[in-house]
Amino acid sequence: MKIVKYEDIVLKVKLACLQMTTDLPQDVQNKLEMMAMQEDGQLAKQMLDIIIENANIARQENRPMCQDTGMVVCFVKMGQNIQIEGGLLADAINEGVSLGYEEGYLRKSVVNNPIDRINTLDNTPAIIHYDIVEDDVLIIEVAAKGFGSENMSQLKMFPPAAGIAGMKEFVKQVVIDAGPNPCPPIIVGIGLGGDFEKAALLAKKAAIRNLDEVNPNEKLLALEKELEVEINNLGIGPQGFGGKTTTLKVNIEMFATHIAGLPVAVNINCHAARHIKVVL
Amino acid sequence: MATIKLETPLTIDKIKDLHSGDQVLLSGIIYTGRDAAHKRFIEVLEKNEDLPFDVQGQVIYYVGPTPTKPNQAFGSGGPTTSYRMDAYTPPLINKGLIGMIGKGKRNDEVKAALKGHAVYFAAVGGAAALMGKCVIKAEVIAYEDLQAEAVRRLEVKDLPLIVVNDIKGNDLYVEGPQSYLKEHK
Repeated sequence: MKIVKYEDIVLKVKLACLQMTTDLPQDVQNKLEMMAMQEDGQLAKQMLDIIIENANIARQENRPMCQDTGMVVCFVKMGQNIQIEGGLLADAINEGVSLGYEEGYLRKSVVNNPIDRINTLDNTPAIIHYDIVEDDVLIIEVAAKGFGSENMSQLKMFPPAAGIAGMKEFVKQVVIDAGPNPCPPIIVGIGLGGDFEKAALLAKKAAIRNLDEVNPNEKLLALEKELEVEINNLGIGPQGFGGKTTTLKVNIEMFATHIAGLPVAVNINCHAARHIKVVL
Repeated sequence: MATIKLETPLTIDKIKDLHSGDQVLLSGIIYTGRDAAHKRFIEVLEKNEDLPFDVQGQVIYYVGPTPTKPNQAFGSGGPTTSYRMDAYTPPLINKGLIGMIGKGKRNDEVKAALKGHAVYFAAVGGAAALMGKCVIKAEVIAYEDLQAEAVRRLEVKDLPLIVVNDIKGNDLYVEGPQSYLKEHK
């Protein structure tokens, strides 16, 4: 049995909020720089240079890289042998978010519900997903998800006959429909299989996955690479002005599904792909 | 590619030669407004009351900035996605609004309203730290209760923009990808 203190979770989540909104993760920065070198459109190259310069200013001057500092999404991986002392895990996460968004002068973009739309003033509640695992680990993957890209996401329940070809066409159509709106270059997170809500959850996991992570499933890895090339051949380019760099990476997460179904969810993330791993 | 320097307030004469794809550095006074403020603008117009500022010759920037830190003029402020303002835009253009700054596609009604009357610029989505630094002075002039969505008067210096929809009816979001694909077959 390992004991984790409530206050430690609050503090680490707070620091994660402060860091991820001003310090673009290195995996994303590296990929942007690589794509900027390969970009052959003139305006497109300039847009990528501005995006990289912006990330550098944000890091050096401790300014949020994007004004949409997002809604916080957490994927919690908690061992069965962890005991949290001092309060509820969700409360600790929300308290960390509240403190981080206040201290960092981050934008509070959360409203209480879609009908009354009253700002909660501290960017809570965060959206929290739990995964109970073995041992005594407690890992919280924290992401700040902007809604310019979130609004361009889609889900479709295909019949199995649609196959991978149908899935690929759908993914590309989602990217075409989104066009300039989600601030390309984007990260395309795909959830394949499961049921309706599982597909969406997988897509979110894929959208915030570290870009350096190599998919251990060879079929998925090949599919990710194929889709990356095909999406970058669409010509949408950085900011949708035309160019080679439409996506930085395609990530796919997969799960078992029903004999009658082929759920496909596409969750788009912008180039300000803010994600950070908190280990307690 | 040449960069064009523009000063607000704008006139048809100043924008008539702008072409989609042109890069612009905008200086002067501009106003902010996004979803909630636009909803109120239209409610005001429907009641035949005055808008919080005269939009004639003015530019609205679709932005909800981060809170301003002490010792800074402005927080981070990049563009928000413009289509959410589409329904509210033609009546504002009819009132004399001459420029909009945002990101993303506009609908056919907005594009028709722009033709001959106003220009739609894109700012670089997500480059909010860089653009926030172009703001020299900011003050809330209306709807303070909307916080990030309140209407602000901004004084900007060399705000980097790209012309998307010029007054001649060109659209960079259509022509940009098309010409890229044509050149890189």
